[in-house]
Parts: sequence; structure tokens; C-alpha cells
Amino acid sequence: MSTQAPVAPAPAEGTAPATTFEPVIIGFTCNWCSYRAADLAGTARTKYPPNVRLIRLMCSGRLDPTFVLKAFSEGADAVMVSGCHPGECHYIEQNYKALRRFQLLRRTIESLGIEPQRLQLVWASAAEGVRLAGEIARVTEEVRALGPLGWPVGNLVDIDDVDLDAAWQATGGDAGGPPPAPGGVNPDHAAETAQ
Amino acid sequence: MSPTAGSTGGANATKPKLAIFGAASCGGCDVAIVNIHEHIVDVANAFEIVLWPTVMDGKYSDIETMADGEITITLVSGSMRTDETVHLSKLLRRKSKFMVAFGSCASEGCIPGLANLSSRKQIIDTAFSTTSTDNPDGIRPIWECEVPEGILHLPEFEPVLRTLDQVVEVDYTIPGCPPESNQIWAALEAVVKALNGTGPLPPKGSVLGAGDSTVCDECARKRDVKKINRFVRIQQVAGFDPEICLLEQGLPCNGPATRNGCGALCPAVSAPCIGCYGAAEGVIDYGARLMSAYASVVEATTPEEIDKVLDGIPDPVGQFYRFSLANSLLRSGRSAWQNDGE
Amino acid sequence: MSGNGHQPTEGGPSVGVPAEGGPSVGVPAEGEIRIGVYVCHCGSNIAGVVDVVEVARWAGEALKDRGVVIAREYRFMCSSPGQDLITDDIRDLGLNRIVVAACSPHLHENTFRNATARAGLNPYLCELVSIREQDSWVHTDKAAATAKAKAILSGGVERVRRNTPLDAIIVDINAATLVVGGGIAGIQAALEIADAGFHVYLVEKDASIGGHMAQFDKTFPTLDCAACILTPRMVSAGTHPNVTLLTWSEVTHVDGYVGNFTATILKKARYVDESLCTGCGVCSEKCPKNVIDEVYEAGLGYRKAIYTPFDQAVPRTPVIDRQNCTYFEKGTCKACEKFCESNAIRFDQQDEEITINIGNIILATGYEIFDARRIAQYGYGRLPNVFTSLEFERLSNSAGPTNGRIVLRDGVTEPKTVGVIHCVGSRDRNFNNYCSAICCMQSLKFAHLVKEHTGATVYNFYIDMRTVAKSYDEFYQRVMEEGTLFVRGKPAEVTEAGRLPGEEGKLIVQVEDTLAGRQRRIPVDMVVLSVGLQPRADAKELATRFGISCSSDGWAIEKHPKLDPVATMTEGVFIAGCVSGPKDIPSSVAQGAAAAARVLGRIQMKQMNLEPIKASVHADNCSGCRICNTMCPYNAISFQVAAGVSSINAAMCQGCGTCVAACPAGAIAGTGFSDEQVLAQIEGLLKVGADGTPLKRSAFPEAHHEPIEEAVRA
Repeated sequence: MSTQAPVAPAPAEGTAPATTFEPVIIGFTCNWCSYRAADLAGTARTKYPPNVRLIRLMCSGRLDPTFVLKAFSEGADAVMVSGCHPGECHYIEQNYKALRRFQLLRRTIESLGIEPQRLQLVWASAAEGVRLAGEIARVTEEVRALGPLGWPVGNLVDIDDVDLDAAWQATGGDAGGPPPAPGGVNPDHAAETAQ
Repeated sequence: MSPTAGSTGGANATKPKLAIFGAASCGGCDVAIVNIHEHIVDVANAFEIVLWPTVMDGKYSDIETMADGEITITLVSGSMRTDETVHLSKLLRRKSKFMVAFGSCASEGCIPGLANLSSRKQIIDTAFSTTSTDNPDGIRPIWECEVPEGILHLPEFEPVLRTLDQVVEVDYTIPGCPPESNQIWAALEAVVKALNGTGPLPPKGSVLGAGDSTVCDECARKRDVKKINRFVRIQQVAGFDPEICLLEQGLPCNGPATRNGCGALCPAVSAPCIGCYGAAEGVIDYGARLMSAYASVVEATTPEEIDKVLDGIPDPVGQFYRFSLANSLLRSGRSAWQNDGE
Repeated sequence: MSGNGHQPTEGGPSVGVPAEGGPSVGVPAEGEIRIGVYVCHCGSNIAGVVDVVEVARWAGEALKDRGVVIAREYRFMCSSPGQDLITDDIRDLGLNRIVVAACSPHLHENTFRNATARAGLNPYLCELVSIREQDSWVHTDKAAATAKAKAILSGGVERVRRNTPLDAIIVDINAATLVVGGGIAGIQAALEIADAGFHVYLVEKDASIGGHMAQFDKTFPTLDCAACILTPRMVSAGTHPNVTLLTWSEVTHVDGYVGNFTATILKKARYVDESLCTGCGVCSEKCPKNVIDEVYEAGLGYRKAIYTPFDQAVPRTPVIDRQNCTYFEKGTCKACEKFCESNAIRFDQQDEEITINIGNIILATGYEIFDARRIAQYGYGRLPNVFTSLEFERLSNSAGPTNGRIVLRDGVTEPKTVGVIHCVGSRDRNFNNYCSAICCMQSLKFAHLVKEHTGATVYNFYIDMRTVAKSYDEFYQRVMEEGTLFVRGKPAEVTEAGRLPGEEGKLIVQVEDTLAGRQRRIPVDMVVLSVGLQPRADAKELATRFGISCSSDGWAIEKHPKLDPVATMTEGVFIAGCVSGPKDIPSSVAQGAAAAARVLGRIQMKQMNLEPIKASVHADNCSGCRICNTMCPYNAISFQVAAGVSSINAAMCQGCGTCVAACPAGAIAGTGFSDEQVLAQIEGLLKVGADGTPLKRSAFPEAHHEPIEEAVRA
């Protein structure tokens, strides 16, 4: 296994043609191996394309398929998952869970019409900064060749905690008066309104 | 909740109004409502039913002429598959105080949601040109056409099926395909009590008629740690142990990810839960939870071994998103929105 | 609330314009998020590529409705004035979230969190996102790098909105320590801790401590006798009042977490009562059964069925080798029992299981040597006069099976020529890729010893000469001056198929002499293979048992290869010596002492703060499906049968989050990396397109709808 991977040349400043598709890729890294590898690539000033935006998790085992699907649904063209090599996980064996989730996820997204190459798995140890940079370059070019995914904006699930009472009041609350009670008697709904 | 004295007959005008509307639905939710048996009388006594196309005649103009918020509670089952259902949902939303997504179609798209794996053209072509359809001239529906009486508008097929809360704001959800009748009654009873002031109004956004946990909570089978080395289809194995967890026996049972409230009826007869009660509390993508859980407990460490086990689930979308595709994070397959019109 | 513009001024170092109205405006309304953004220039490290002024300006404007109240840029955020910007803004502007866009969190997360804490805000409400290692240092396109910095910052802002205040977890530290492995590193560590007044359990799987060093003859570069310098240490360890020595024992199970470990130790039966045995050795003398000693004598000598591994063994108590004992095989003999004057023989002794409670663990389990039989062309195991380095040590050792005579396998003949081959099994992609660090010095030592004992001609076959430490190169020069012949080339084979005159009856080393530029066939009488060092065969099992990671080779992984060589990523478990990679004796000793110092530091602190990254089960939502039960390698998850739910022991939880992701009901929450935080970060990262403008999105297609007033309320 080569430890020196060729890194795609970064585009020269200011000469990138406006029409080249620049993929936007989300990368999940683990705190102990692949994130450190990314840091190492930085310290070594290894150059690679700017298309991957990294998220740090403590472990690749934290990777929830929800995160991957969220990335696609928010407009990412591809997702890269990376972690420690099998057998070297800082938390012993959690990257195997990540591997299995990745494989199942890949089959499912393929059935949904997303090319499996848009979900990539890269193992990188903390010492493999150059290699990780090369993998990022490779993934970027593969996704560039696939073109944009451009998943439409869906019904955004608002994960901010909604103050439900306030929301109720904001929509007018019982402005129309309390609803008539079943059976004809019209009780006072002081219990659930602010009146 | 028994009717109070003096509420017979002509007291209709003071009873809260109830609308029950089936959008693109199979009618099963209506049947489930009727299955509350004698409690249906309580419902009829407690409410004035102003719309229930399955059961009684009514016209859209009855609704259109109502005041905003005049209907106290509207139960909408079925999904938003045509522009008519979208329109009516919006209309009913305006006229209703509380809007309830009733059943799996309204809350998560249900089985019709799987049509989101295909584009409109694919769906219509399939419906109008399979061997069971006698259509020698290759007729396809036209949304607008001129007839002697004027312009005829057919409800247009939406390119992507949506759930009720993707079209209007929803107050409550009652999950299930259909919701179990005892749960329907429990939810209705709670609503009646709230309107009476004898019970609390559930917070907006609540799920009614279901529990806070998942089906495993109600399943009587014995559960151990999970180490799955194969997935099988129910027709592949002669008999399943009636006492042990189905997932442990290799049947992909969605119980661990599916909201409880149904009484775990299916696992009780060795049928794996297929997930009709929808996602657990707070979950934003049901399929993702299942994929994560199943993959986590597979006993294999190399890609090849893992693939062998996963081959036991030949249709992942059907397994993980059978009911919930339309309100998953991706909501549809790619061709539904990318190939619309092709 | 933030209707006021908060723009940093054009040019110059940071000056953000705070909201009008001054400090009183800084009191947040209940539930209001007020974020301060700080973009670091890091001199020109970031600013040379990323337009930090623009990024800060953008954050102040575009992220205003995401709660950003102030956005500043500054030359060095980690400096005192930089940190003061944060603390002052927290106080003056009532900030309750901080995002710093600078270097890697691995460098300065704590710096900024401490600054946040100094201002009275919970430190976990501060996030550091890297726009240096992951942006300015790795990209050349400035526009793209600036756009990416905006995206990264946006991700951080969305994430920090979901951060909740957390408190570090405080654990007590048990003052006792477990040292696993009684070689030189383990002995050093044990003695340092014991001398400081704290209790140590020293567990060794062999019958005596001493490790491989006890097998050596002389040690380089000083040619000290290994036993002479080692045995006083061994005796100290064996008699120290603060050391409980458990030899012929193995740790079978470890539970717990830093400060509070429980270890189960299997004390194998010696069949000798330690409390009665005086170590007189009569039992071994009288034992009629001879056994080839594969361990200590490297297969070159014999021992008895009841034996101590070597004369200076600590403890002196012998063990009975069940497999080879006549009594255990046939029920007869019992000579040892007959002759033991202290009546210490106990054939009915059982294995014992001991449980101990300790606060810290030091693993010093050492190495194994490479199996030279794997290199068939060197003939080890087939050609009698090919020896391994360990075998040579035993030959050379005056207490060894030949009493220090370096002789051929016949036990009699002294060699006239000896070839020493370096790098056997090391620096070799077919076997072990790495350099074993000590073999060059060891091979030079062999050359010297051969000359000293026999006067033979010695050839050293090497690739490079690695003599790096103090006095090492001088030793090399000395060995050169003694007349050892050096051939730079890796031998292709060692064969007895002689075909040229002078080769009959000899071993021929076929080698390309790369300095002379030609093939050579060198006839020798004896070949010594300097075999490389390897992790022990059970290294991975050991790593799992102690909750640490090891590389795919099997060497234990240190927390940081340069800055933290004796710690592991698992709090409370340290490593010393060759368990983490080949090294010489001085390095092993230094690491043993370093590990001891770390442990002593912990013991002195009496308590420790742990990062509050933990998982917990919401019992109300848990259905007891038990899918999470197999997710934890630290056994932190258990099933509560009575309650029918799973639960997580927060103290044992290491915070990996795997169970959080696995739960099908979403009933497990993880602090520090919650679903809400990560999902928010994804949203934030994808708000910005590759060119810095908002990412272009389309909408799902809809059918044509007749206009109707929107049916949503209000």
C-alpha cells in the first residue's frame, strides 16, 4: 500500500473557469484518526481541492445514517465517511459498525436513485495526512464527473425546540373564543387559554 | 364520555363540528373509525359531523361557506397525491381549529408514498398500460379538457406525494395503518375531555393514540443481545420460535424503531412488524434509524461478509421506508423530481 | 433582538461595533441565543489565503438572524488580548455562545474554553472551528478558501446554537497501580511508584520477573553485564514493601475507568507453597526429568520439570511444569516433595483468582522476536549452525548452556568465521516493514563478543548502520577498529550447498556487496540472524482487554507519537517499553519512569476531570429492544431486567457515540456531539455554496394550484 498518493493539483488562483462544476461534499471524520490526519495534511501544507467540508465526530461509530441523508437533503453532492482503519479504532471496534452502516446505506441510496459513488468510505490513520488529502482529491474528481445532485429543498424539519405554548398563542390561540362544548353547555376554558 | 341530558336532536347547532376527510386514501382509516363500535354513538352525540364523504353526502360548498375556524376538529386521512386533496386540505385547514393527520398516509405517506420512487409519467404509464388495463388506444389522463359543458378539470396528479404536514400546519397526529380502533377512541375521548375542560389539551404537535416508546415495549417475546448473522424472508423458514424475538431469528422486524400503541399485534403471530405506526418520538428519519440499528448488530466484519448478510434484505427501501418514504429526509426517489415530465 | 448592525470596522485589527445602548442591551432575553464570532488571522497563516476581514463582515451580516451579535477578526486569537476580546464581549454584550474560527480544536479548544469560563460562561458553549489546517493551509485558491471558511463558520454557528452547558465529570483516583509486565520497563515503573510511597501490583506471566533483558549477556554500548545491572532492580522489586509481586500470573479481565479500575488476575498454580519455600533449589537438583528450556535458554539448554527460570530469578520460588512432570503424568516420583526440607511442595495447589482495585494501569508487556523460520532462505531451523540473536545471547552468556563458550550446534567446535545478518524480518515488506531499532547495535555487540570469545573472523551484513544514541556510533567505530568486516548488502540466502573451493562443510552467505558492486559468496562456520522485534502474539487481545488501541501490526498506540509517548487514548492506561514499538533499554527505562511519573501525578491530584462527552438512555423512550447492548466495547451498557430498559454507566462510557447512532428509537442521547448539534452543523455547512454565495437550491415540483389564501393559521 502506497503511503504517497498523488494529490490532484489545486486550480491556480483566479483561473478556475466559472462553468466548472464545483461539488460540495460533506466529510465525516473521527477525532482520533481521520481528523488528525486532516490536521496533519494541514501542518504539512499538503494541497487538495477545497470541496470537502469536514465535520468532526468522536468516532466513525457515531455516524448516524440520518447525518448522511441530512447532508444529501440539504444539498450536498456527496458524502465522505472516514475513520480509523479496521482493527485500529481508538474505541476498539466501533469502525466496524460504521462500515456496516455505510454498506447498508449505500444500497438504500442507490435504490433511491443516488449513485453509490456519492457515498464514499475512506479509512485513514492519524499518520496518513498525505494519503487522506489524496483520497479527498480523488473523491472530489469522481463526484465532479457525476455532476450535481441538487436534491430539492424538502419540508425542513425544524429541530429548534418549539415553544409550543407560544406557538399556539402566536397563531391566535383561542382568539375565536372557546369552542362549544359537546352536549351543548359552553364551559369556560380558562385552564388552557391565557384569558 | 356520555352525552349530557338535553343534548338530543336539535342541540346540533351548539355541538363542536367534526370533519373527517379522506384524501388519497384507501378508506381503511374510515373503517377503523367505525370499528370503535358503540363508541361511534358517543362521537355522534358529542360532535356535529359536517363532512365525512365515506359515510354521508356533502358538498364542498358546505365547507367553503363556513367561517374560518368554525370546524373544531378535522381528521384528515390519506395523502396529498392530487391537487384536489392539497386544495381541500388547505381549505379545511382554514376552516378548522384543530387539524389532525389521521393515519399513516396523512402523517408519513404510507404505502402510496412508495410511488415517490417513480416519476409521474412512470406511474401513469404503468397504471394505464399494463396487461390488466384495457387501453388499446393508449389513452392517458388529461388534466384539462374541453367538453360540451365547458372545461373539465381533473384533479392533477402531484409530481411528488406529500404528507399533510408538508402542505398545511398540523396540530396533532394519530399514527397507524390504520390506527387501532381502541387508540382512535382513546384519542377522541381525550379531545372531547379537553374541549369539555375536564382534561388537558395536548401540546400542539403531539402524537395521540400511541405510546412514547416502540413496539418492543408491547411485544411479549423474550429479548436477548442481538447478533445477526443472517436476514431471512418469512417464506424462507419453516417455523419461527414463538417466544424469542423475531429479529434475533433473522426476520427483519421493524418493531425496535416503530412507535408503540398497536399492541404488537403482528409479532404476536410471528409476522415481523412492518412499521405502520411510524417513527418513535423525536425521530426525523425512520428508515435511517432502522438502517443504523440493523447494520450495527450484523455479525460480520469484512465487506464481503457484510454484503452476504445484507443480501437477506433484497429491497432496502421497502424494508426501511415502506410507510415513511414521503416524510423521510429525502422524501422521494430521484426520478420523482428529476424526471418529472419525462 | 439583534436588529442593530454589528459590523467590524474596515481594515485594521478587530473592532466590532457593539449594539447601541451599551452593556444594558447585553442582557439576553430568556431563551435568546447571542453568539460572538471571532475569526483569527493567525498572522498570515490564515489571512494569507482566507480573507478573514470579509469572513467576519459576512458573519456579522448574513448570520445576524442566526444569533450572531458581534463578529470580529483579530491577528492572534490565542494571545492574551485575543482572549480578552472574548471575555470582554461576554461580559459587555451578554454573549451566551462563542465561535472561534482559527486553528485546530486539538490545539486551542481548551484555550478558548478556558477564556469563556473565565468570563463566567460555561466553557462548553464555546466552539472552535478550523479554518487553518483544513482550509488556509491546504488550499491555494483564495476565493474558494474564503468561501469554505464562511461555510465552516456557518456550520460552527449552527452547531453552537445547539450546545448546552455541561459540567466536567469528577472522579476519584485510587492510589494503587497495576503494572503489567515485569521486564525492565515494568520494573522501573513499579519501583518509581513504590519508592514514592504508593502501592503497586506487579503482574508477570512468567515464573520470574526480568523479561528479555535477563536473557542477554552484555548490553550495548557499555557492555555491562545485563544480569548485573538488572538483578539488583529485580531484588528491589521483589522485596519492596509497596510492591505486591504476582508472577506466574496473568490479568484476565479489566473493568472500570480511570481512577477506578478493577482487575481480575489469574494466579496460576506453582504447586509450591511460596510462604514455605526457601529457594534452596534442592527440588530442582533432585528432579529426574530434563526438559528443553524453550523460553529462557531459547531452546539451547535444559531445565528440570520443577524449576526456577534462572539462578537469579525473583521470586526464588520454583514452579512445576505440569506437562512434563512425572507425578502429573503417571502419579509417581515426587522426588521434590521427598527432598524438600520445608515441606513446600503442594501437588494439589489450584489456580487462584484475585481481584484488585487500582486507579491506573501501566502496560509494559514487551515484545517477541521475529520467527526466523519464516525466511526459509536463511535456513534457520534447517541448517544447524544458523542461530538467532536470542540463541546467541544464551551462548555468549557465561551462565548459559555452554558456560559462555560460543560454539556450533555440536556444542564443542568453535567457529573460525561468523556471519551476522542485520535486519532479519525487519525493513522488509514481506514481513515487517519497520526498523527494529536495536538490531544494528546488537549485531555490532555480537561481532565484538565473537571476537572476544573466539577470535574468529566476523562479517556483518547490513543495509544501513543505525547507531543513533549516546556512545552508539563510538561503539561502531570501536567494532570497526577491532577488525570486523562489514559488507553492505542484504544476503540473498544462507546455504550449505558449497560449489567453490573452500566452501565444503561451510555455510555460504550469498550477498550482493553494494559498495564493491559485485556478488559475493562468503563461507562461514556460523550465522547469527539479528531478528527483528515484533509485538507479542496476543498483543491485540491484550489491547482489547485493557481498552487501548493498537496498530494493525500490533504495537500499542500512544496518545501522541511525539508529545505523549507513554499515555494511551484511554485515560488511566499507560504504556512503557517495547509494547509500543522496538526500542533500546535506556528508552524503555525512560518510558517506565515517565509512565510512573504520570501515574504519580494522577495519584497526587486525588481527583480527575473527565470530558463530559457521555451517552445516556432516556428510559421513558427505551423499549428494551437491547440492540444497543452489544455496541459498547467498554461494557458500559447493561440491560435492567426488572425495568425492561437498557442503561448506560456514565463513568464507564468513553463517549464514542456508537450507541447513540445505533438506537432504533432514538432513545439514547449523547452530550457534546448530540444529534441536534451535528445536524445543525450539517445545515450550517451547506448554507454556503462553493463560491461563497448561498447554495442554490430548487424546490420539489408541485402541480398547478388554483390560488387560495394560504390555509395556515395567522
